[in-house]
Amino acid sequence: MKEKLDAIKASALENIEKAEVLTALNDVKVAILGKKGELTQVLKGMKDVAPEDRPKVGQLVNEARASIEAALEAKTKAINHALRTEKMKRETIDVTLPGTKKLIGHRHPNQIALEDLERVFIGMGYEIVDGPEVEYDKYNFEMLNIPANHPAKDEQDTFYINKEILLRTQTSPVQARIMEKGNLPIRILSPGRVFRADEVDATHSPSFHQVEGLVIDKGITMADLKGTLQQWAKEFFGENTKVKFRPHHFPFTEPSAECDITCFKCGGKGCRVCKGSGWIEILGCGMVHPKVLRNCGINPEVYSGFAFGIGLERVTLLKYEIDDMRLLYENDVRFLEQF
Amino acid sequence: MNTPLSWIKAYVPDLDVTAQEFVDAMTLSGSHVESYEEKDKNLDKIVVGKIMKIERHPDADKLVVCQVDIGASEPVQIVTGAKNVKEQDVVPVVLDGGKVAAAHGDDKEYPDGIKIKKGKLRGVESCGMMCGIEELGSSRDFYPEAPEDGVYVFPETANVKPGDDAVKALGLDDVVVEYEITSNRVDCFSIIGMAREAAVTFDKPFYPPEIKATGNNEDVNDYVSVEVQAADLCPRYCARVVKNLKIGPSPKWMQERLASQGIRSINNLVDITNYVMEEYGQPMHAFDLSTIAGNKIVVRRANDGDKFVTLDGQERTMDHDVLMICDGEKEIGIAGIMGGENSMVTDEIRTLLFEAACFDGTNIRLSSRRLGLATDAAAKFTKGLDPNLAIDAINRACQLIEEMGAGEVVGGVVDVYPNPVEPKVLPFEPDKMNTLLGTDVEPKQMLYYFDKLGLSYDENTNMLTVPTFRQDLNCMADLAEEVARFYGYDNIPVSLPRGEATVGKQPYDHMINGIARTVLEGNGFSGGMCYSFESPKVFDKLLIPDDSDYRKTVEISNPLGEDFSIMRTISLNGILTSLATNYNRKNKVARLYEFGNVYLPKALPLAELPEERMKLTIGMYGEGDFFTLKGVVEELCEKVGLKNQCTYEPTKEHPFLHPGRQANITKGKLNIGFIGQLHPECCDNYNIKGDVYVAVLDMPTLVMLSSFDVKYEGIAKFPGSTRDLSMVMDKSVFVGQIEAVIKKCGGKLLESYQLFDVYEGEQIAAGKKSVAYTMTFRAKDRTLETTEVDKIVEKMLKELGKLGVELRA
Repeated sequence: MKEKLDAIKASALENIEKAEVLTALNDVKVAILGKKGELTQVLKGMKDVAPEDRPKVGQLVNEARASIEAALEAKTKAINHALRTEKMKRETIDVTLPGTKKLIGHRHPNQIALEDLERVFIGMGYEIVDGPEVEYDKYNFEMLNIPANHPAKDEQDTFYINKEILLRTQTSPVQARIMEKGNLPIRILSPGRVFRADEVDATHSPSFHQVEGLVIDKGITMADLKGTLQQWAKEFFGENTKVKFRPHHFPFTEPSAECDITCFKCGGKGCRVCKGSGWIEILGCGMVHPKVLRNCGINPEVYSGFAFGIGLERVTLLKYEIDDMRLLYENDVRFLEQF
Repeated sequence: MNTPLSWIKAYVPDLDVTAQEFVDAMTLSGSHVESYEEKDKNLDKIVVGKIMKIERHPDADKLVVCQVDIGASEPVQIVTGAKNVKEQDVVPVVLDGGKVAAAHGDDKEYPDGIKIKKGKLRGVESCGMMCGIEELGSSRDFYPEAPEDGVYVFPETANVKPGDDAVKALGLDDVVVEYEITSNRVDCFSIIGMAREAAVTFDKPFYPPEIKATGNNEDVNDYVSVEVQAADLCPRYCARVVKNLKIGPSPKWMQERLASQGIRSINNLVDITNYVMEEYGQPMHAFDLSTIAGNKIVVRRANDGDKFVTLDGQERTMDHDVLMICDGEKEIGIAGIMGGENSMVTDEIRTLLFEAACFDGTNIRLSSRRLGLATDAAAKFTKGLDPNLAIDAINRACQLIEEMGAGEVVGGVVDVYPNPVEPKVLPFEPDKMNTLLGTDVEPKQMLYYFDKLGLSYDENTNMLTVPTFRQDLNCMADLAEEVARFYGYDNIPVSLPRGEATVGKQPYDHMINGIARTVLEGNGFSGGMCYSFESPKVFDKLLIPDDSDYRKTVEISNPLGEDFSIMRTISLNGILTSLATNYNRKNKVARLYEFGNVYLPKALPLAELPEERMKLTIGMYGEGDFFTLKGVVEELCEKVGLKNQCTYEPTKEHPFLHPGRQANITKGKLNIGFIGQLHPECCDNYNIKGDVYVAVLDMPTLVMLSSFDVKYEGIAKFPGSTRDLSMVMDKSVFVGQIEAVIKKCGGKLLESYQLFDVYEGEQIAAGKKSVAYTMTFRAKDRTLETTEVDKIVEKMLKELGKLGVELRA
């Protein structure tokens, strides 16, 4: 019996080994393990085996069956693997062909610069605040220590609607509006559109954007102003950026300063961008004038604060080395798609 | 303000710095230097030479050969074509290896100058060049004695000898510095003011000119009287008289200083007034006393409509707000702006009336603007001068008259000054200043700065007295700035605000805008930026009827021109103009969006601020159609929590859109905006050929409707039931109408529906179309019975039947 089983097993394994396609394997399976298969026949003939031998023979049959099944499975796997490999070989594509592109839009560079700027100040605890673009003279000038007939009104070349209403020349009126509400302390950043009667050319536009910052609290110092702007400059223009403060004059701050940063293009060596000086004038700032605080109902003996105003277009033009401000308003897609 | 360094050094003699050191330090102490010009930047190896001998050039008729003594052991030989030189002339000579600023006979700019080298001219060696004034970088305007064409010859009076530095001898070794003076520092619009700043900046002694007593023993009151009627506009009026005038050239030093300032020398009288104006910042006026009727000066307002002929020969019309200088009978000058032709100083003048007055700055500014007459004097007055300056200036002028022998100064001054300005007194509060600045400056150090700035300190009262020329110092913060300026802004430490923590945040609507930007950019739309003001012609371009509310605009009273004259009430023009720019530049596809306000007046004329509404304007051409844009808007709405919640209602109300291709975007009763194809006539108006699609969304409405309040509902557990409906209807029926019925009848069990076919053509009757939907019904808690779904579909068909919709056979 054992010999017979060995013969069946040997022949089956040989046939499995020889099989090249799945159907051949199936033929082997049927011939050995099928209903009328050789091994099945042996099992059917168990009734003729002496009862005391049956366990032994049963074990032998099962062993043969297990090894044949294992061989079948292994061979099936091998054939499938070969088939898949072959298929993938046929499926090879030219991966260097271009990707399927969808039309992609681009953010306006001014908006990118604004968002970068806002992110830094939000991180420092500033709240972003909006204000009206058509504004009362009172907020744009009077409360900011620029009384009627002040020459600064001329300097800013204001567009007027009537005597009381104008197009804001700066985002500073938002300062006055927030301070007037009296919720102290204040840490705000107010970006927005402002207007001045400048003819359109490469460096001027009658409409542009300012970003105004204001901090009011007890014990705010000019050192805090310097520290804040230095922090911003490093975050915005790079870790190695240095800032320099020069005295200046604004009616709504005292002391006032203009702030220069080391040229981000040349790092301060002097180049075309900074016109050889190594420095770039970037913003105006100062300690909020006690008169302004008083005008807005804040006691300057208790509170102090600082304010700064950044020309957004100036930052955008410098950052991206755009040489003509008009490009920002033309909206030529060939310009916009570069950002 | 342009100031030659040499003039500053005249009052701060110890100042010993290079041009660069000077401008850097001045900028850091608050006198921002815009630019500076070293006049001798391109001048090198230029000496005084004396022509000893002139001989003809052997081979050239137009050249001569000169032997020039340059103070060396041997003379140098120089060949020249100049015709104006003769033996014994003393001239500037640039030697071999030297440099001049410009070439003779051309107007070209030489940023690095021109190198001069030894060479041969027609075979004869020439070891340098004799220079004309233009070659030295200047002009006859400043050196009127220079010949029109040829070599500069030093006048005999010039104290020079061969070998001297010719650049120095001509006063060209100077630096002219241009400052940006801020409007609060009126005192710095003068040489003295800048010299004082320089003295404090460099911690050097300051020696302002010493004004000596002047005048004969006559009394000026016997010559002239002054009556100021408009005292509000003229706080002070000083007058002095000079007789026996000797008009002639002013001395060389004065000419040079004026020249360095860009002012041409005219004669001693004119030069003195200009000199004092620059030196003290106080404009002065000179009248011919013989033209002044009644020997009387009256300062009063003009009468409305008065005609007056100014110095420049022009007749101008006055009004009541213009301040006039008059004599006993007539107007003789516009105060602080320009004198009259009738009292003009001529060469025949014998007796002169000097005026140094203080006029109200605002009045001068407004008058100057109304009259369209901007003069140097007006520019100075406009800033609001210190009345105490007038007396110093007039006495300084008379002193110069005497020193220069230009006339005999009559004794005394007529000085009408009813309310003298007294110096301000402010408390000295070092602690408060240090607290504001975040510094730790010694009080002693502060007082040192103040002293140098001309402020005096009284230890007993602890008060500082501020000189009247510092009108800008009024409170502790002003004084703190003075301390900071000279302590150095750079020396102020760096810290971050302490105190109560605040929460950094962005307004909710900005966040919604950000989502919209992301959706739009993901669909090929780029962010644009457009103007808020535009031309009223825009309404015609957009086919907006005359009686439309869009035409009720906020108008700018002083616009840059009609194109920028009204605040927009509709946002489309900006994006359409930009699309037109792109089209015109042959960009095949353009997709743009813009966030910007429209300005809607609540009533006209404007009494309160207009309503500003943020609009999102989207426009495109070149690729895609109405449904492309609609898809983008739908995606945007989905991203802000309005998935399938907006209705697109067909309309014809927007005149700028194609009447058959426009819709209002609504949710319930709220209008979110509109979408459509641009009217072909509008396309023509913007010169765009091809279809343009636009959408405008009202952001405040969208922001209000937006919602991110999501609750998880679970994923369907029970099987759904799908039904397809294929229907035939009139072409005029909108699918929106069908969907409304589907939604209504479907109720809670309708999970979703999808349009999968719209067909018109052969198999369908003319005027009809076929529309097909697939619908999925599902219950959350059970498996739906077929009969339940059948019932719903039956109800749908019944309702649809009312629209004339039939099941397709």
